[in-house]
Formats: sequence, structure tokens, C-alpha cells
Amino acid sequence: MANKSVAFEIKRQASPDAPAVWESFQLGWYPGMNVVSAMMEIAANPVTADGRPTTPITYDCNCMEEICGSCAMRINGKARIACSALVENLEQPIRVEPLTKFPLVRDLQVDRSVLFENLMAVKAWVPVDGTYDLGSGPRVYPQEQEANYPLSNCISCCCCMDVCPQFNELTGFVGAATIAQVKLFNNHPTGKVFKEDRLRALAGDGGIQECGFAQNCVDTCPKQIPLTDAISDVSRDVIIQKAKDFLRG
Amino acid sequence: MAAPRIIVVGGGLAGLSAVIKIAEAGGTVDLFSIVPVKRSHSVCAQGGINAAKNLKGEGDTAARHFDDTIYGGDFLANQTPVKAMCEAAPAIIDLLDRMGVPFNRTPEGLLDFRRFGGTLYHRTAFAGATTGQQLLYALDEQVRRHEAAGKVRKFEGWEFLSAVLDSRGAARGITALNLRSMELRSFPSEAIILATGGIGAIFGKSTNSVVCTGSAQSAVFQQGAFYANGEFIQVHPTCIPGEDKLRLMSESARGEGGRLWVPRTPKDPRPFNQIPESERFYFLEDWFPKYGNLIPRDVGTRAIHKVVYEMGLGIDGQPMVYLDLTHIDRATLDRKLGGILEIYEKFVGEDPCDVPMKIFPGMHYTMGGLWVDYNQMTNIRGIFAAGECEYQYHGANRLGANSLVSCIFGGFRAGPNALHYTHGLECPDGDCGDASELARQADINSRLLHNKGTENPFKLWRELGETMTKHATVIRYNKGLRQADEKIVELLDRYRNVNLADRSQWANTSFAFARQLYNMLQLSRTVVLGALLRDESRGAHYKPEFPNRNDEQFLKTTKASFAGEAAGPRFEYEEVDTQYIKPRLRSYDATN
Repeated sequence: MANKSVAFEIKRQASPDAPAVWESFQLGWYPGMNVVSAMMEIAANPVTADGRPTTPITYDCNCMEEICGSCAMRINGKARIACSALVENLEQPIRVEPLTKFPLVRDLQVDRSVLFENLMAVKAWVPVDGTYDLGSGPRVYPQEQEANYPLSNCISCCCCMDVCPQFNELTGFVGAATIAQVKLFNNHPTGKVFKEDRLRALAGDGGIQECGFAQNCVDTCPKQIPLTDAISDVSRDVIIQKAKDFLRG
Repeated sequence: MAAPRIIVVGGGLAGLSAVIKIAEAGGTVDLFSIVPVKRSHSVCAQGGINAAKNLKGEGDTAARHFDDTIYGGDFLANQTPVKAMCEAAPAIIDLLDRMGVPFNRTPEGLLDFRRFGGTLYHRTAFAGATTGQQLLYALDEQVRRHEAAGKVRKFEGWEFLSAVLDSRGAARGITALNLRSMELRSFPSEAIILATGGIGAIFGKSTNSVVCTGSAQSAVFQQGAFYANGEFIQVHPTCIPGEDKLRLMSESARGEGGRLWVPRTPKDPRPFNQIPESERFYFLEDWFPKYGNLIPRDVGTRAIHKVVYEMGLGIDGQPMVYLDLTHIDRATLDRKLGGILEIYEKFVGEDPCDVPMKIFPGMHYTMGGLWVDYNQMTNIRGIFAAGECEYQYHGANRLGANSLVSCIFGGFRAGPNALHYTHGLECPDGDCGDASELARQADINSRLLHNKGTENPFKLWRELGETMTKHATVIRYNKGLRQADEKIVELLDRYRNVNLADRSQWANTSFAFARQLYNMLQLSRTVVLGALLRDESRGAHYKPEFPNRNDEQFLKTTKASFAGEAAGPRFEYEEVDTQYIKPRLRSYDATN
């Protein structure tokens, strides 16, 4: 088993303007090997399958346990987290590409800062008065906690956005992850003070109406966040908010 | 006059806590982080955060928390800051609750608490088994709010290289490397707060994230900062073994009733469910009847080593023991431990609700770190430190769920103290050392890029990790520690011949890694030599040749300073503040 080898094909691109090329690698397999640890092997011995020296691969990764959200990429065509993509479960050659909807930096590294900008635009926070001691927080019943906790598990990997047919420059769609955070903060007893602002932020171009309900997001989410439920709920709230704003003139 | 500008390096819990306090007090902050701050290593903390809220009618108090923490740390921690932390902890939990952290709740809607190691109280608040993630996100959201208000600028994707020091040795800014454009730049500031986490990477495989190299701590250590208690490294009893990393299996699994056991018969070939109760050895419950599976981590780790290596009882003869949750109902496990069970299932392919997990100890936490005073300032004026990168709160062994509270408390102190420090700071003369520090860094970069050696930095790193894990983790012998230091010196020598497979000037990860590696090597020596000099056993530092604690000689903080590349670290010792609790023998094997 120790002699088993694994074939990889990795899409390389030296810079945003450079041409993309595919490189093949043959690596020794070991139990538990995943796509990120395979790239660590390449860094220690940067040689392609045909024996040509190459550069270590540039990619994002940090925690290696699918909680930091860094290492999202396309593996055999699927947007997913690379550190939990176990080699033994993948068809070979394992084809690894960067996410497709984000500006490329180099190799498998892309720039996903748009998500953080979107989170700022929808005020995805609870406006506490200050960090000094103001006593305990609002009561929250376990049923509410259990409803909100899954939304709070979003690791900002952006897989949901990468697979969304509507997430592109044409629509400027914010994507499912941001909408789920709007639901989370609108549910919070203090966070809901910005509910109207958040809904209005999702009411215009690139807002929630861009969603075509392809449902790719919920199928792809590595944390099984109920994204389509969130989109439905927030969509309803946005329509009500629009109606209210219309009647108020 | 413009608001004082403070640089915070590191966007985990400690760094973000400092940022929030500074922004709130009217200061402005430049926040530097290798990764987007929401991806910092704090996200990996699982089990919970301690505070003596006493919501379970047990009579828990901050004083009990203080005593458990000091005792758990084998009396090495200075008591004044630890006492302050334990007293502040309940209000920190309240604050996090107000910020929207989805803590688990009681039926009445109050915070739920569970037990953790080294205490007999339900003192740990938790959000499923992803508490660190939830806390980090809450602080990240608050920082984003301050960012929107223009009080915080983020420099994500920049790596700290060094402090800029003026002619009087005080900090005046930093130099940093842009990890995409590879641009080297200096950034002026009136104070710096380092919140750069642990040093797991010097052990090769650990529970830490990839960015936890200790490179920043090592850089300022080489610039004159003391590094304290470096020899105290926590090895967590329960990790999922792996070739690439050791994935943490939270202590909360035992807090919720998980039991460690091995078959009583060596290499018993039967599957777990065919081994009757009478033939299972629940070794922690047997050896530590009062605390059972919830002994502190150093004690648990040594017990597993004994079972596996001395008694030969590892599962299938392998270095692994069972962590069993199968007697607990699935709904409870999902509600309280969901996140970690999912990790196990994803990486091992077995459902821990049905099959006991196979675990083994792994390097987890850095108790030592930059020496700081009670205001969180290092001995370099204007450089503060908070969180795992400093040494102050955990003594010789950290109790589970105390790290999150120490990060936030430390950050909450460092922020305002740094701001206070900048008041009345004299206007610097000239460029405050900026140009010379930039030139020094540019020189290091240039030499590295043009080096024509043969050594691959990733391979050197693997050798370092193997040496450190072998000689400087659970059981330490002076002979082995000496060998380890010789090996590190050899690696430092070979580092001169390092050859980058990539010499490009765009998103060159080999280059960034090679710079970290040098700092890792230098810091490793403080760990190994600090351990060599401490001829006693205390907390996580265990020498079979010196099995007892020796307060007369070693109830002291180790302080390492850098004496140059050739001489390496130099050591001195400082008295420990024990003014509140008199040191007593530490033992968890009492029966009642």
C-alpha cells in the first residue's frame, strides 16, 4: 500500500496575466492523504511527473481541518475544501483548479475579499454599546440558538458563490453566504436593530432578487448551511420592506 | 493632534480584542495579518471558554477558577495577572453573549456550562464544539464595524518581519512583506501589539494552523525581547493522528462524558464492541478516581504514554487509545459536540456516535512566549504582546478552555495599555531607525533569493519537526535535548545553503516560508535549551531523570535572550509572583 502512487493534474498560472498551464504530478500515497497535504509533498520535492523541476504551488490554506475556509478550490470540477478532500475518495487523475469566479492571484490562489466587502455592506454585526461590563446578554432559548447556530457556522469559503450561475459581474449578485448572514443578524435580539438597513441593502441591483434558485449553493456548502431557506426567508422580508418603503413614500 | 496610531500584528482573538479596545478608546489601528483575520487559528478552538459564572448552583467563584488555574499550571504562573483574568472572565462571557455568540443554552434561556479538565465545576461556556470559531467571528464582526467607521485599516496578506527600533531602542513601527507583490515596506506607529499565536510549526506536526510558526516572536526575540518559559509546551492528550497534521479532538468530548480506554489484553484482535466491560481498562478513571477523564492535559498525556509505551496496551499494538462516546445518545452529541464529530468523520471516515474514536497525544499549545510585564509590554519599550504568543497566564500547563479567556483578556489589556503608552511619547528624532531596518530586511531578502545552495526549506523543516517532537515533547532526557540542539545548530548551518525552487517576485510562498523557517530554527533553541537547563518536572515539562518538582531551584520563570547567531540563546531566571496562593504539591490522584 505504501507504494501506491497518486496522479494529480494541477492548473498553474504564474500571475493574473500569465497563461494557464496544466502540470502533472505523481506522488506516493499514504493513508489520510488529502489534496492540501499532496501540495505540501510537492513543495518538498517540486518535480513534475515527467521529472521536470517546477515551483511549489501557490494556494491558500491554514487550519487543515475544514474550519478556516481558506483552501476552497475546484477538485475534479467540484468547488470544495481541499484539506478535507481525501485522495482515497477521489477519481484519478485528480484535477485541481482555482475557484472560477474570483480574481486569480497565482496558481490555486484567488482573491475572495468581495465576501468581506459584502458583509460590511449589510452590517453583519451586532451593534453593542461598548465592551465594558453591561451585564448579561438577552435571553435566548435553546430552540432559537439551534436555529441560528448553523448560520453562524459559515466559514466564508465562497464555494456557494463559485457554483452560483447568478454570481457574476453582470448581475453583481451578493451570493448566498451574505444573505444567510443577513438572516442570522436579523434574528438576533440586538442585531435586528439594523434589519431594515440590511434588507434595503439587498433590495437593489445585485441584491436578493438576482437569485435564480438554482440551489447549487446548498448542495455545495461544506457546512450544510440551510442557504436556500435563508434566501427564501430574507427574500420575503425584502419584499415586505420594499412594500413598506413604497407606502411610506 | 492626530490620534495615536497603533499597529496590531495578528488577527486572532487576542489581536482583535486589542483592536476593538483601541478603536473604542479613540485610537486608530493598522491591523496586520498573514491570512484574512476571519481565518486565524483561533477558529480552531473547540470546547469552550472558562468563567466562574456559577450558573449551576455549585458555588463556583473566581477564586476557585484562580486556584484551579494556578494549581493546574504547577505554580509557575505569576499570580497577579492570573487572578485578574479569572475575575474578569464572567464579564467577558457576558460581552461575547451580547455580541451574538450563539452559546448553547439551558431550557430557561441562560448560558449552559460544561465541565473541562482540571476542575470539578461546570465552568465552561460553549457554542457547540466550535466555540473558537464563534468567538472569532463575533470579534471579527465588531472589528469590521470599526473598519466601516474608519478607525481600523486592515493589512491582510502582509507578514510581519521585524520591529523598527529608534536609537533608544523603543518601537517606532514595523517592517512587513506583502505576500502577493512581495513588496517590503515599513509602517510607522507609536506602539506595536504582537498577537501572533503559538509555535506549533516548529514541531512539524501539531494541532496548530499553518501560520503558527512563531516567526514574529522569534524576530523580536532576535531584536532583544526576552522569551519566557519556552520549554513549556502542551501536548494535548486527544488528537486524531495524521501525516499532515494532528487534528484536535476537543477535551469537551470528555466533558460531555467521553471515556478513554484500551483493551486489557495487549493487541486484543477483537473489535471494540466484542470486548466486554470487564476486559476494558478505563485507565484514567482507575488512576484518577476523583477527576476521572477530566484530569489536566499534561497528566492525561503522560497516562496515555504509559499505557501505550510502558504497558504495551495501545490498540492493535499501535500508539492509539479509544475515546469512546458511543454510550451517549446521538441527539445530545449532535447538539453539544457536532463540529468535532464531523471533523472526525470527515478525516477518518467513521462515525464517533457508533464507533469509539482512536486518538493519541499531539503538540497543541505554547505556554511560554514573549516575556511581558503586567501591562502586557515586553522589555522592548512600545512592543506589547497578547494571546498565545506571550507567556503570562498558564504557567507550566494550561487548563482547557482557559486559552480563549486569556487571549481576550490579554488583548483587552494590551490595547488600552498600548494607547496609554503613546500618550506623551516624545517626537522621534530623524527617521527613527526606519531606513536602516528596511535596509537590513532588504539585505536578508536579497541573499535568500539569490542563494545558490542545495537545501530545500520544506525538507529542513521536516527534520526540525521530527527532532523537536522526538526530544522536546512529552518525555525529555538531557541527552536527547542536547542532541536536539546539535541538530538545530546543524540545520541552521544547512540553512545557509537553502535553495528556493521559486525565485519569482509574485505570491512566492517558498520565499515567505524560508524566512519563517530561519526564525523557527532560532526559537527552537530556546525551547530545547530551556528544557535542558530545567532539571525538574513541572506541569508539561517532564524529565524521568528528575521526576519531582524542585521549587527551591526552579520555582522561577525562564528568560531567554538572544546573544547573536553564533552564541544563540542565553538564559536567566526570575522569581515567580506567588503572593496569593502558597505553592503546594500538585496531584490529581486523590480518591475524594
